[in-house]
Amino acid sequence: MSVFINKDTKVIVQGITGSTALFHTKQMLDYGTQIVGGTTPGKGGMEVEGVPVFNTVKEAVAATGATASVIYVPAPFAADAILEAVDAELDLAICITEHIPVLDMVKVKRYMEGKKTRLVGPNCPGVITADECKIGIMPGYIHTKGHVGVVSRSGTLTYEAVHQLTQAGIGQTTAVGIGGDPVNGTNFIDVLKAFNEDPETYAVIMIGEIGGTAEEEAAEWVKANMTKPVVGFIGGRTAPPGKRMGHAGAIISGGKGTADEKIRVMNECGIAVADTPSVMGETLIKVLKEKGLYDKCKTH
Amino acid sequence: MNIHEYQGKEILKSFGVSVPNGKVAFTVEEAVEAAKELGTAVCVVKAQIHAGGRGKAGGVKVAKSLDEVRTYASEILGKTLVTHQTGPEGKEVKRLLIEEGCDIKKEYYVGLVLDRATSRVVLMASEEGGTEIEEVAEKTPEKIFKEEIDPVVGLQPFQARRIAFNINIPKELVNKAVKFMMGLYQAYIEKDCSIAEINPLVVTGDGDVMALDAKLNFDSNALYRQKDVLAYRDLEEEDPKEIEASKYDLSYISLDGNIGCMVNGAGLAMATMDIVKHYGGDPANFLDVGGGATAEKVTEAFKIILSDKNVKGIFVNIFGGIMKCDVIATGVVEAAKQVGLSVPLVVRLEGTNVEIGKKILAESDIDIIAADSMADGAQKIVSLVG
Repeated sequence: MSVFINKDTKVIVQGITGSTALFHTKQMLDYGTQIVGGTTPGKGGMEVEGVPVFNTVKEAVAATGATASVIYVPAPFAADAILEAVDAELDLAICITEHIPVLDMVKVKRYMEGKKTRLVGPNCPGVITADECKIGIMPGYIHTKGHVGVVSRSGTLTYEAVHQLTQAGIGQTTAVGIGGDPVNGTNFIDVLKAFNEDPETYAVIMIGEIGGTAEEEAAEWVKANMTKPVVGFIGGRTAPPGKRMGHAGAIISGGKGTADEKIRVMNECGIAVADTPSVMGETLIKVLKEKGLYDKCKTH
Repeated sequence: MNIHEYQGKEILKSFGVSVPNGKVAFTVEEAVEAAKELGTAVCVVKAQIHAGGRGKAGGVKVAKSLDEVRTYASEILGKTLVTHQTGPEGKEVKRLLIEEGCDIKKEYYVGLVLDRATSRVVLMASEEGGTEIEEVAEKTPEKIFKEEIDPVVGLQPFQARRIAFNINIPKELVNKAVKFMMGLYQAYIEKDCSIAEINPLVVTGDGDVMALDAKLNFDSNALYRQKDVLAYRDLEEEDPKEIEASKYDLSYISLDGNIGCMVNGAGLAMATMDIVKHYGGDPANFLDVGGGATAEKVTEAFKIILSDKNVKGIFVNIFGGIMKCDVIATGVVEAAKQVGLSVPLVVRLEGTNVEIGKKILAESDIDIIAADSMADGAQKIVSLVG
């Protein structure tokens, strides 16, 4: 088991003929992901990497039975691509694209209300279920199958956490990058809920950063609902206020969204927070040992 | 992206939002000329810098004659203003706004921002104008009123009216206040703002509702479709190293320390600053080279870091995903060749093509200290810089 995606997930790539999309289509196919089609308006009928290209998402879905899409469309057109995926009633749309204007995402979120599609991202590395299905841009080889779920606002910090786990012999179920933008489709709570319900996931690492209050809300949710241990890390403890630290969402404004406040709330809610990014794995292992879960999570 | 107050007012005016008459001046002569043209008994000389708190720092003066305009203009132009938003080094004033004085009856606060929790734009207002809204929010949160805006229909007159009554705008001026807020919202949406703050909004003796100050910030991701906003960009208000970095799509922010950092990914870049600080060091910058960096971009990134005279050592921390380690290694070697490396360099490589990357570094004749992990790298650079 896993969350959101598994070996049976059929995926289409929106914007498949772009250079980034082509590179990652090949990487995903090599990992074993079932990429069954792609779309680029006007290029229907072509084939790339052995995958058929369609003009529209609806056509691609009808022809392939895909239930998920991954979006590599450039920022000015990405909101439209998400809407097309929602309109085609896919279960899951994962948007990798960064730099989407935030007011476009405000409209997208409104349009998605009451619709069936789950959006992950934008501005995220994607979702990977170890040894089964990789949808996104993360390096596949650092992941090992196991029992720890990872959810993060940052791509490279997800890699860092997964790498530390794998090095320590702790495998993962699914790693979900929810993205660094202020308006995104799936939030921490959505993913924590899914991990809580997944029988194969025994513990979770949650990686946040400065800006907004999503981590605090997630921590309160964990305290009230989560039956599995959660450990965390918050990036940006030393970031100056008022400066946007790369991610559109990573900014301390009006005294809100500081790392110290997030860490305080997380600790209060029973989440052990790693002091530095290099001890995320260690912090989890310590908690696993305390809870008697270490042997069940150790994969080699 | 930030713009100046006078530019913000130009934009607002084009959306039917009432603002005082005024003119920008770059010299004392222009300031006097502008005051003459306004022809009002009182006018205000306002420093134009990208920071708040100008009044307290002596950057806003009320002039009752042309002589006073001349005196204040020559006093303020060229002066370095230090406010709570400029940092201790302050900002030099190079532009002035000369504006007609107005008879203020009462000051209010009106602002539009994105509420991340609801993914909606929110209209916020308070009767406590003139002061920092964060302060009001902390001390008297009940004095802040909010209206969440549905993006399908936009701000509705009933919402603006409700706000106007809640903040006690005199009832004969409510319709004017509604028109003001509707115009402000239109400007926010059509110009892709990230913040639109009017503090204070004033009610005047002759029954007008106008923006006495205007702070507009714009979503930098939307500037590709806002050419006229982009034309307002004032490069003199920005850090030269940050401008140079933006030419190469590098995300760079200057800080006060002496350890230059080069990292891929915003999250890891922030975490790298944190860990440097954790081991007692002080980062000189935040730098995310991004996922699609080429060896050329990495070289430029290196040059920008080294152009900061405070930098006494460099820590490169890479976890390759899309970013391949060999590309980083090639860029680092190339940069060291081009600019000559006079400070210690610690490199930690992990991820895609890590072995090729390490080989490139090892085979170069540059003095590189390799690190096994980010903790190891951070400790090494901190001890080397001392």
